[in-house]
Amino acid sequence: MPQIAQLTADNWYLASQLFWLLVVFAGIYLVIGRGMLPKIEATVDARDRKVADDLAAAKAAHAAADNLEESYRQQSDASRAAAQKAVAAAKDKAAKDAEKRLAKVDAELSEKLAAAEAGVAAARKSAMAEIESVAADAAGDLVAKLSGVKVAAADAKAAVKAVLHG
Amino acid sequence: MAAESGKIDPMHQFEVTPLGGGFNLGGHEVLFTNSALWMVIAAIALGLFMWGGMRRQLVPGRWQAAVEGFTGFISNMMMANIGTEGRKYTPYVFSLFMFILFCNLLGMLPLGVLGLHPFTVTSHIAITGVLALISFAIVLVVGFWRHGLHFFSLFVPHGTPLPMIPIIAPIEFVSFMVRPFSLGLRLFVAMTAGHVLLKVLSGFVINGFNAETLWLGSIVSVLSFILMIGISALELLVAGIQAYVFALLTSLYINDAVNLH
Repeated sequence: MPQIAQLTADNWYLASQLFWLLVVFAGIYLVIGRGMLPKIEATVDARDRKVADDLAAAKAAHAAADNLEESYRQQSDASRAAAQKAVAAAKDKAAKDAEKRLAKVDAELSEKLAAAEAGVAAARKSAMAEIESVAADAAGDLVAKLSGVKVAAADAKAAVKAVLHG
Repeated sequence: MAAESGKIDPMHQFEVTPLGGGFNLGGHEVLFTNSALWMVIAAIALGLFMWGGMRRQLVPGRWQAAVEGFTGFISNMMMANIGTEGRKYTPYVFSLFMFILFCNLLGMLPLGVLGLHPFTVTSHIAITGVLALISFAIVLVVGFWRHGLHFFSLFVPHGTPLPMIPIIAPIEFVSFMVRPFSLGLRLFVAMTAGHVLLKVLSGFVINGFNAETLWLGSIVSVLSFILMIGISALELLVAGIQAYVFALLTSLYINDAVNLH
């Protein structure tokens, strides 16, 4: 078995084996282990860090967008409330104005009505007075025609008055 | 692979042959061997593989994603087993894992079809043993460096009742000292056994077709070949699992040294 045979002291190739193993393995350790591996690991680390950073940035952007949306919503809510308030105030004012104007017109109308009623009453009174005198004349004339008695105007008036006013 | 008269030596594949370029190092002749060649091939293949993943794009291509899959696999393992301090040892464990993985896989290449002779570096206990000893040495150095003599508390697990300590401590000590052997032996045995099995089965395939009663030999050959396909797939799995086990156990041992219990 060559593997065991070389472990005997007088074997010619044990020294060669060990020498070349140490040379080759030292070369691999220095060039690949110490030289190439850290660079590759650095690349992987940089990539991992970049991915983590990008994820964090995306998360932050997401949160910022959420905040923005929230503030936008609050703003729009506030402006909607303000608009509703303004509309309500305008409605209120318009209603009050209309009421005031209505009241004014109402007052004018009732004033006119009262004046008209007063006019009517005066006209009625004067008409009543005229009726009395006309009735007294007519009664005097009737009496004169029927009986030939001349009735004094004052008497006729009094009689008419008595009849008219009960 | 095949020796004379149809005899197939399944151990021949593990033989180290010199390819030249010898020099003297402290009284020992150091030659460039097929073992060294396959280590260098593994190192170059690994270097090319890693180089393809060095484009450092934000959105990785396929190759970069594959390389980052391997680095991330080891980084996560170190993170899970040791914690943030594990990052310091990631280069070593990553080198270990990738070197073993590439050696295992390159040894599985069916280059014998082309007449070449693939050599599985990790099927030699000298190699796996040295890698295990390096891991063990790191554990010892880090452990004593960080905790001083307090490192010996590793042999007394947390919550051991006082009368049990004289019994538990030697057991823990032995299990601690056995670690480098079990670590190196496990990989060596898994690789050797798998390759021997494949070679034995391939010998059955060849000898079956060469048999005098061809119909019987053919049945043996075909069945052996089907079994070989399955076992080759299994060996690919073992190649990955053994590299993973070696790296995982190394990380666990380093965790002992870093965090004690």
